[in-house]
Amino acid sequence: MNTPDNNPRRKFIAAAGAGVAGLGFTVIAPGLHLMAVGEASAATEARKAGTAASPAVRWGLLIDANKCAPGCTKCIDACHTENGVSEKLPDARQNAQWIRKIELVDRRDGRKTELPMMCQHCAEPPCVDVCPTGASMKRADGIVLVDRHTCIGCRYCMMACPYKARSFVHAPLTEQNPEVPRGQGCVESCTLCVHRVDKGQTPACVESCPTGAMTFGDLNDPASDIAKRIASVPTTQVRSDLRLNQGVRYQGI
Amino acid sequence: MKLLRDQSAALRTRSPVAYPAGMSRGSLRRALHLGLLATLPERVIGFVKIVLILFAGIAVSPAPTLAGEGGRTAKPVITIANPGKCVAPAEEMRRNHMEMLKHQRDRTLRAGIRGEPASLNACIECHASQKTGSVLGGKENFCESCHSYVAVKLDCWDCHQPKAKFKAAGLKP
Repeated sequence: MNTPDNNPRRKFIAAAGAGVAGLGFTVIAPGLHLMAVGEASAATEARKAGTAASPAVRWGLLIDANKCAPGCTKCIDACHTENGVSEKLPDARQNAQWIRKIELVDRRDGRKTELPMMCQHCAEPPCVDVCPTGASMKRADGIVLVDRHTCIGCRYCMMACPYKARSFVHAPLTEQNPEVPRGQGCVESCTLCVHRVDKGQTPACVESCPTGAMTFGDLNDPASDIAKRIASVPTTQVRSDLRLNQGVRYQGI
Repeated sequence: MKLLRDQSAALRTRSPVAYPAGMSRGSLRRALHLGLLATLPERVIGFVKIVLILFAGIAVSPAPTLAGEGGRTAKPVITIANPGKCVAPAEEMRRNHMEMLKHQRDRTLRAGIRGEPASLNACIECHASQKTGSVLGGKENFCESCHSYVAVKLDCWDCHQPKAKFKAAGLKP
C-alpha cells in the first residue's frame, strides 16, 4: 500500500516542484518541459575547495537552433564581458573569437538557421593530439583548455580544430578578468566558463540567452536536464563523421 | 646575491677594454690558455697585468658600494596593508613564493582544484598598492619593487590581472 511517504506519484510531483524552484522549468508531461524564459538554470553544485574535477562528470551544452533568435548576439556579448575579451585590433581577423554566430541556409528552400559555434569540448580533441608542449589539455570533467603557462603559441591546435574554435592573442592585454587570465602569444578558446562552473554557476552564454536555447549540464548524469533532453529529442554533433564525441550538441539543424 | 653582483660588476669592467693591436678577446684567451704568455709582446703582458689587478680590486672591494645603501640600485620599498595575514611567514614567502605559485597553478588549471591557499588572485587582493590598486606600475608596488631590485623578469602579468578587484568590461560589438 502507498503511504504518503512512499507514494511514487507524490515523489514525482515533489521532484517537479523542486524543478520549478531550482531549475526554472515545469514538467508538462514526461520529457516535455515548459522553460521559464530568460531564467538561467542553475544546473550544478559548487565543487568543494581542495577537490579535483571529477572524471565521473562530463560537462556539455545542448543548443536548440530553433530557439536561437536571428541577429541576437547576447551570448557573444556575455562571453566577452565575462572573459574580458575587449581588444579591437586594426585587422579584425586577428580579434579573439571565443564564440560566434553562424547562419545556415538551406539552398533548396532558403530556410535560415542561426546557431552559436564555439569550442565543442570533444572527448577526443584534435587540438590536444597535436599540441607539441602538452599545453592543450582536456580536464577530467571533459572541459578542453589551454594551459597558457606551457603554450608556446605555435598554433597547431588552431589548424587541427575542425570548428575554427581557437584564437591567437596578437597584442598585449591589460583588461583581463582576474579569474580569466589571457595574454599575448597564447592560443585560447571557450573554456565553458570553467571558473563559473567550478563555483556551481552556468556558463555566461547560457545564462544570458533570452530564449533559453542553451542548456548546460552533466551529460553523464541521467537525471540532469541536458541528459534527459538528449535522450528524448534528436540532437546532432557537428561533423560527427570525425568521431570526436563533442560535448556541445545541437538540436534542430 | 653577492655573487651575482660581483659577476655583473666584473662584466661591466671588462666590456669597455680595447684589445691591443692584432689581438681579439678570443686570441688573447687562447694565448692565456696555451701558456704562451711568454711569447707575447711586452705591451700585451702589461695589459694582462692591469686586467688582473682590476679583477683583484673588484674581488676585495665590498659589494655594497655598487648596490644597497646609497648605491645606484634603489632598495625595494615594501608596504603591506594587512601584515601578518600571509599564507606563510615572510622568510618562506621571499624564498619560495614562486614554487608555491607554480604548483598551485598546475593543480588549479590541470586538476581543477579551487580554493588553494597559494592563489595569485589572493596575493593581489592583499598586496596591491593602496594608492594605485595594483602590484605593478612603480617602485613602490609590491611585485615590481623587489623584482626590479633583483632584476628578475615578471611573466605572470602578461596574462594575469595585476589590479585588485578589477572588473573586465568586455567588447560591445
